Amino acid sequence: MKLSRGEKLFDWINIFVLAILTLFFLIPFLSVVSTSLVSGREYALRGLFILYPYRPVLSSYDMLLGQGSIVVNAYIVTSARVVVGTGLGLAFTFPLAYVLSKRRLYGRVPITMFIFFTMLFHGGLIPNFVLVEKIRLLDSFWAMIWPVLINPWWLLIMRNFMLAIPEELEEAAIMDGASPLVVLLRVYLPLSMPVIATIGLWYAVFHWNQWFDAAIYINDPKKLPLQLILRGILEYGTGQYSDYSGLAEMTELTDPPPAESLKAAMIVITTLPILMIYPFIQRYFVRGIMLGSIKG
Amino acid sequence: MQQPLGEQIRVRLEQDAPVFAEKKGFREAWRQIKRDRFLYALAALPLLYFVVFRYLPMVGLIIAFQDYDPFLGIGAMFSLDNFVGFKHFTNFFDSIFFWNIVRNTVLISFYKLLFGFPLPIILALLINEVRITVFQRTVQTISYLPHFFSMVVAAGIVRAMLTPQGGLLNQAIVAFGGEAQAFLTDPNLFRSILVTMDIWQQAGWNSIIFLAAMATINPEMYEAAAMDGANRFQRMWYVTLPSISFAIVIILIFRIGGMLDAGFEQILLLYSPSVYSVSDIIDTYVYRAGLIGRQYSFGAAVGLFKSVLALILMYMANKVAQYLGQEGLW
Repeated sequence: MKLSRGEKLFDWINIFVLAILTLFFLIPFLSVVSTSLVSGREYALRGLFILYPYRPVLSSYDMLLGQGSIVVNAYIVTSARVVVGTGLGLAFTFPLAYVLSKRRLYGRVPITMFIFFTMLFHGGLIPNFVLVEKIRLLDSFWAMIWPVLINPWWLLIMRNFMLAIPEELEEAAIMDGASPLVVLLRVYLPLSMPVIATIGLWYAVFHWNQWFDAAIYINDPKKLPLQLILRGILEYGTGQYSDYSGLAEMTELTDPPPAESLKAAMIVITTLPILMIYPFIQRYFVRGIMLGSIKG
Repeated sequence: MQQPLGEQIRVRLEQDAPVFAEKKGFREAWRQIKRDRFLYALAALPLLYFVVFRYLPMVGLIIAFQDYDPFLGIGAMFSLDNFVGFKHFTNFFDSIFFWNIVRNTVLISFYKLLFGFPLPIILALLINEVRITVFQRTVQTISYLPHFFSMVVAAGIVRAMLTPQGGLLNQAIVAFGGEAQAFLTDPNLFRSILVTMDIWQQAGWNSIIFLAAMATINPEMYEAAAMDGANRFQRMWYVTLPSISFAIVIILIFRIGGMLDAGFEQILLLYSPSVYSVSDIIDTYVYRAGLIGRQYSFGAAVGLFKSVLALILMYMANKVAQYLGQEGLW
């Protein structure tokens, strides 16, 4: 098809506008990455730079990720949170989604309503805090797991997926002498793998990024996840963690990085795993929107 | 996908309807329950989660009507002596903070809607018109990215942009002969920063739903329009936009329904006492006065006020959506 002049002009303007918008989305993060690579010496000479350092250095990363550093510790805490939170989340979400997908189940509507209502109304900050306090989860790793174990929205999405699995499969398996447990594990589990992978990834990203619960439930710096160490460094600098070796060695460096570079490096460290699995994230999250969710 | 949006937004509860027809008295019910005991056993633990961590806090809201003392046992929560009726609510309504935080909540949400709602639509329209697939993919990939940053990371990036100690924006201002500004402590700028950050983080992601709606438009519509001599812009304006107008209206309604969530985490991470006057919202007030200030009962009362209002708003949004022919969320 031959394009008219007007059509070509339209295309070029469109591409130009989109390119500008794309830069608006990209530049803030890029500039943080480049700030993280600035050395103290270069900072003294030039100030912080708009796009790239002349001689990028990794001293900020060396400092933050040194032996025994609180950052390394927080990485372990967050990783544990992601693994346990995702594993238990799926272990609780999948069976309930399966049960709710059984059309013959007596009381299915009230049970679904019971779950759905929690999406519209909740106790709020204070009652949740009082609950966690009363069941003695304060300052415990499990305070980051149990209160957010199941996401009701995702549960219902998983159920919708399983509603589409034909019931004849179950009947056939039972005819062949399979027990209900075997039906669940050998028939429904393999068929549900796409939705389990999708929602598992959602749980993983959620747990990696979640921070507010730890902010109110956890005091011990050794139990804090990465996001909160980042927050601490952003708002008060690294000084508060000087009790933890690794960060304390700053003064021994010949060319200590500027404070802004340290903050930027901490941002990059916290985001790196998200960036590494971003291709998967993008695919699975976009698929999720088609599966029936709108993340508000 | 002929009716994509309804499928996408709704949680399909009406599919459950046939179950009611099965009701044949107590004995039949019991027979069915016994038959499916395996299923109930499977559901028990996950349902216990909802009871403990979703419904117990609702029961805990009774402390909003008490003078709750965290050092007393659980028994005190149910003892009649501690009830004070609506004292905390009237204290809240009479306090000098009330109008300010309600105004801030509504205004910040309103600005986010006013500026943040049209942009994803425009973005989707532009992306939809790109003919070079690689460019299209790249734009989408980059524009979705900030959505996956945690709020702490996103706020950190905004701080890094705006800091007077060599932040990108201040460097640009200085380079053009201006003076570095402390953006985040300026009450005149703070709400604009919140709105801009919200657009940066969510606009790309929010465009997906409109792109999905555009993907369902029948190509014959464009061909017919082209035959009638419509140029590209006219096709966009008279074919694409009307075809997704229903999606636009429905999403707008639900955004309005969720208006009381003005961005708690975002504000908590960026604000400071010098901008409380323009940025303190209901949620941040509950956090500071209730949790940090340890006025649990008062905080619970303010939180309950918000939850009830939010429920009513969502209910109304759903009614409007149903009225417009959408089946609504429930």
